[in-house]
Amino acid sequence: MITFDAVTKAFPGGNVAVDSLSMELPTGQITVFVGPSGCGKTTSLRMINRTIEPSSGTISIDGEDVSKQDAALLRRKIGYVIQNAGLFPHRTIVDNIATVPLLNGVNKKQAREGAAELLTRVGLDESLADRYPSQLSGGQQQRVGVARALAADPPVMLMDEPFSAVDPIVRESLQNEFLRLQSEIGKTIAFVTHDIDEAIKLGDNIAILRVGGHLAQLGSPRDVLDHPADEFVADFVGRDRGFRALSFLTAETLEVEPVRAYVDRKDSVRLVLDGSGKPQGWTSNGTGDLRALPSTFTSHDSLRLVTDLAITSPAGAAVRVTADGVADGVVAHEAVARHLTAMRQSER
Amino acid sequence: MIDYITDNRSIILEALAQHVWLSLLPVVIGAVLALPVGYLAVRYPRLYQPVVNLGGLIYSIPSLALFLTLPAVLGLRVLDPLNVVAALSLYTFALLTRTVADALLSVQGQTTQAAFALGYRPVRQLVGVELPMALPVMLAGLRVATVSNISLVSVSAFVGVPNLGSLFTRGLQLDFIEPIVVGIVLSVLLAAICDVAIVAAQHRLTPWSRVGAR
Repeated sequence: MITFDAVTKAFPGGNVAVDSLSMELPTGQITVFVGPSGCGKTTSLRMINRTIEPSSGTISIDGEDVSKQDAALLRRKIGYVIQNAGLFPHRTIVDNIATVPLLNGVNKKQAREGAAELLTRVGLDESLADRYPSQLSGGQQQRVGVARALAADPPVMLMDEPFSAVDPIVRESLQNEFLRLQSEIGKTIAFVTHDIDEAIKLGDNIAILRVGGHLAQLGSPRDVLDHPADEFVADFVGRDRGFRALSFLTAETLEVEPVRAYVDRKDSVRLVLDGSGKPQGWTSNGTGDLRALPSTFTSHDSLRLVTDLAITSPAGAAVRVTADGVADGVVAHEAVARHLTAMRQSER
Repeated sequence: MIDYITDNRSIILEALAQHVWLSLLPVVIGAVLALPVGYLAVRYPRLYQPVVNLGGLIYSIPSLALFLTLPAVLGLRVLDPLNVVAALSLYTFALLTRTVADALLSVQGQTTQAAFALGYRPVRQLVGVELPMALPVMLAGLRVATVSNISLVSVSAFVGVPNLGSLFTRGLQLDFIEPIVVGIVLSVLLAAICDVAIVAAQHRLTPWSRVGAR
């Protein structure tokens, strides 16, 4: 557990970046610091490994005050990932990953073996081991950055906007793999981002900071969306927070119409299946042209996805499939709306 | 021409040997002095401008003037080759302090921040991260300093220190073209060989700077 106790950071000249911050980051969970620029989120993160020293207050990890520890040794026990990875251009990938073990005096052979294993762990091919960072794509470099942070198996990781410099598609896959990895390793992670969507997706807890370094709200993503503490938080999480909150509800209890009803439709857009029952697309009567591949969902997907699919589909409906991809139900957007209304009523 | 070379082989070779050590020893001395001063200029930003100005000032002193005044300052005889070594070391130092400082400045940023945050201590970070990354820029400066020294040594022939430049003075005095040609050719060849050697060293030392971005 990382504990902030009345931590303040004032820079020379009087600019207060963090103002009396007190909070806890639970062990084994991802706590996301999010807020507009100038809210002190990166400063807060950097005070944990003492790359910035607080003006007052204490930060402790598992009860031990970080200011009492040797700064360099402390940092080696805390993984660190930054935007653009910050890899050493003059070292090969495997040596980049082995950085902290080598600093700790592990012999070169052993450090490299461990590094090569980590390479596959973060989803990279071992053939990249002897390349230099400039030979890798941005997304690959970022994976190496994560591997480097994990090399000494630190209990705590700090991640400063690690996925913001890559394109949206790569970012999404990095986020998903990061969550998969975290489910295996269960590190205590402090994560900084300015992107509320990323915070909601990755955070077990979200700390929303406002300019001047005040903690506006600390809670689970659902808390923050459902019960914003004040106007600033409500505004920051966005006007569409109701829609975002659908991320937390699955489609399990959603009632669907039989697939046949949509396949046999005469009057409007019809669903086309292949021989094995997998959806092929929507077609207008008469033309016979496939209009679009229907995007599909399974009962484990979120209501956010289902809603999005239903309102963007040419038929105004989303297709549910089994794990094998066979269509087993269709839900129209009106039905999704009715489902949500019913849920709201049952909550009261 | 051939006759001149065969007749004066030992004189030419001795001049060449003199030229080599008179120009290259100062490169080594100047570089060794420039490294810590360049580092300090980066470590203490207030020193950067004075150090750069001092370097510029030293470099602006005419070489002949320096060859003639240094003996008085150092208490050496005018003909002592150590005067030349001292003068050229000073020029190399002047040229390379700025190069070292700028090379180290050029690698500050995300990478050094990451090194710091991963738990490097200052000396190890300098040796293991900053210097290797600064090497391409520093070696580029070293090439300029080396070639410039090889060319400057000739001037010291005017104050009587023997080297390839002595072939020019002899040729001028005797109104005789051959030694001048031999002096120029050897001087240029020496500069070219040293330059190629440094490029080859850079090739070996910084394989990472050659690999292209994807």
